[in-house]
Amino acid sequence: MGVWREAALVVGKDLRIESRSRVAISQIVPFGLIVILLFAFALDPDRGILARVAPGLFWIAVLLAALLAIGRAFATEEQHRARDGLRLAGLDGGAIFLGKAAAIAVELLVLEVILGAGVVLLYDVNVHGIGILILTALAATIGLAATGTLYGVLAAGLRLRETLLPLLLLPVLAPVMLGATRAFEDGLEGAPGDAWPWVALLGIFAVLYTAIGVLAFGPLWEET
Amino acid sequence: MSGAGATHTVGRDRLLDPRVSRAFGWASLVSLVALGLFGLWGAPEDATQKEAQRLMYLHVPSAWLAYLAFGVTALASLLFLWPRTRSMVWDRLAGASAELGVLFTALTLILGSLWGRPVWGIWWAWDARLVTTAVLFFLYLGYLALRRIPTGDPVGAGKRNAIAALIAFVDVPIVHFSVEWWRTLHQKATVFNPQLSAHIHGVMALTLWIGVIAFTILYVYLLDRRYRLAALEDEMEQREVDLAIAARVGTPRDGGTAPDPVEVGR
Amino acid sequence: MPLVVRLRSAVCLLGRFPALAGVDLDVEPGEVVLLAGPNGAGKTTLLRLIAGLVPLYSGEAAVFGVDLAVDRRGARRGLALVGHETFCYDDLTVRENLRFMARAGGGQAADADPVIARLGLGAVADLTHAKLSAGQRRRLALGAALVRDPRLLLLDEPHAGLDADGREVLHEIVAAAPAEGRTVLMASHELELARELATREVRVDSGRATAVSPRGALT
Repeated sequence: MGVWREAALVVGKDLRIESRSRVAISQIVPFGLIVILLFAFALDPDRGILARVAPGLFWIAVLLAALLAIGRAFATEEQHRARDGLRLAGLDGGAIFLGKAAAIAVELLVLEVILGAGVVLLYDVNVHGIGILILTALAATIGLAATGTLYGVLAAGLRLRETLLPLLLLPVLAPVMLGATRAFEDGLEGAPGDAWPWVALLGIFAVLYTAIGVLAFGPLWEET
Repeated sequence: MSGAGATHTVGRDRLLDPRVSRAFGWASLVSLVALGLFGLWGAPEDATQKEAQRLMYLHVPSAWLAYLAFGVTALASLLFLWPRTRSMVWDRLAGASAELGVLFTALTLILGSLWGRPVWGIWWAWDARLVTTAVLFFLYLGYLALRRIPTGDPVGAGKRNAIAALIAFVDVPIVHFSVEWWRTLHQKATVFNPQLSAHIHGVMALTLWIGVIAFTILYVYLLDRRYRLAALEDEMEQREVDLAIAARVGTPRDGGTAPDPVEVGR
Repeated sequence: MPLVVRLRSAVCLLGRFPALAGVDLDVEPGEVVLLAGPNGAGKTTLLRLIAGLVPLYSGEAAVFGVDLAVDRRGARRGLALVGHETFCYDDLTVRENLRFMARAGGGQAADADPVIARLGLGAVADLTHAKLSAGQRRRLALGAALVRDPRLLLLDEPHAGLDADGREVLHEIVAAAPAEGRTVLMASHELELARELATREVRVDSGRATAVSPRGALT
């Protein structure tokens, strides 16, 4: 059975679980919105600061919410030792990686659309260059999901995983944070040309960590 | 059919011969003293930065070691993962090097702050090298936190540690590149420029080299000692396991003898 | 015919504790082997070792001829384990869980339907796993194993939690196994029931496996 078919099977399973349990939509998205709101409390909404730093705040909110999404993705495998069931089924490690990362990416993209709308409304942001924003978000999200899935499995099953995952994952994502924010800034300022190099960086990051994930997920999965 | 158990031997219990190790110990002492002499008296005072500039003789070697140690951790991790060279020696080495690395990274950051404050009036600056070193510090912390979690299977844990180290290692150049790009694109009038350019020569350059060499010798010496400690810990664990197995194997049961090979009536 | 399972002096650690401290075991195709022994003897660990879920510390272990010291995953496609947990997802229905397992094992989604029928889960097939009773979950666990059509069926305390109907179903499955080309390795405390099905009994005690009692000698 091909790797892609197996990956599709895993994505389908994860998304179906999400559609039933609705954890992402009812808990993680609201969390992101609350973070956005809190930033407004922390910064003065009347002086135009929020609009200027909106890209950065947006991506921080996405990053924090991603931590929850990744933790959740692996928590579903802990119920009733489903992890053992997946291992016994003989699915290819790389396929499981692609499937789980894809499901996380889909959830994050939905989150980003909603948070993006929230930011535009709450921070009074003028949106230009929606095309470059979408491309940036895609590249960044893939990198985010791939790296997150990789570190998610690393931490899965370990005793201190809830606190370990952020510590492991966030430093590694610094380039994604940087690139996505800069590209968003350039896009919103109406200078999409400046954003292309950042999008390229995000793309390279995404490809690199997806490749690493496909290779390393299997052995890590076995050790959980 | 090959049996399991190849990686359960402790392997090398030290990196260096005892005499070589002692030689390194003395050499590091001597070279550090030399560094102190040159750094505090031998090298001339810097015209603009005055005495504070002398911190460079500690800061730069520290930074060099922070990255060298990480490289060693990454290389050892690679060797552990490669089946033909797999051995707990590499896992221990990776861990020992990381512990030293995190210390030197912290030292680099602190010294950089101490240097920057009197000279440029700032505790911190957002340039590629400093930011990358800060990220490196957190990567180290994460790796060490991961190592500290006890898991059942040492080989499995070793694989996890090794992969974690390599993933983090791959990220470092990306971080450096992206931050550098970021800062050059958005460079305002920046005063802070800790470039170690070709302006350093003569006694200052010599002192710097003494610093790098001294720190490297110190690193090797400490690495060997830390490794030996880890090897001793592993050996103790191995003995406990062997004892536990022997105790259980020797437990008398129904007949009190070892199990016969299973008879299958055919 | 090659042995389904071959262990020699197998040692397996859980943490630092030697859960298995020297197991010698041969299992021929088509056998129904009963693993009997007190709690803590290592029966569960033995089954998990054979399933490739725990690493072999020392000794030799081969399943379907695949050396577990070299490749823990190699034999997985041909075997299935029914453990204490169901390996299923709370938010998916019985049917969805089984279809997933079927397809994950390389089969078709449709393979799930006959298994649902055989296990008498038709009435609850569209209930989510979270809503099942304990007895229904045990049947589901059995189904999740069968749906992959395993050559080797590993059962860990399969009687536990099953009601009388469930035990009948279990009995039918194990009894039919040799004819269906399956080998069964079963750890159970329900010795009377299990002995009705077993072709051979192996005593496991203190992490070691003892000599065999051929079925005929049991009285």
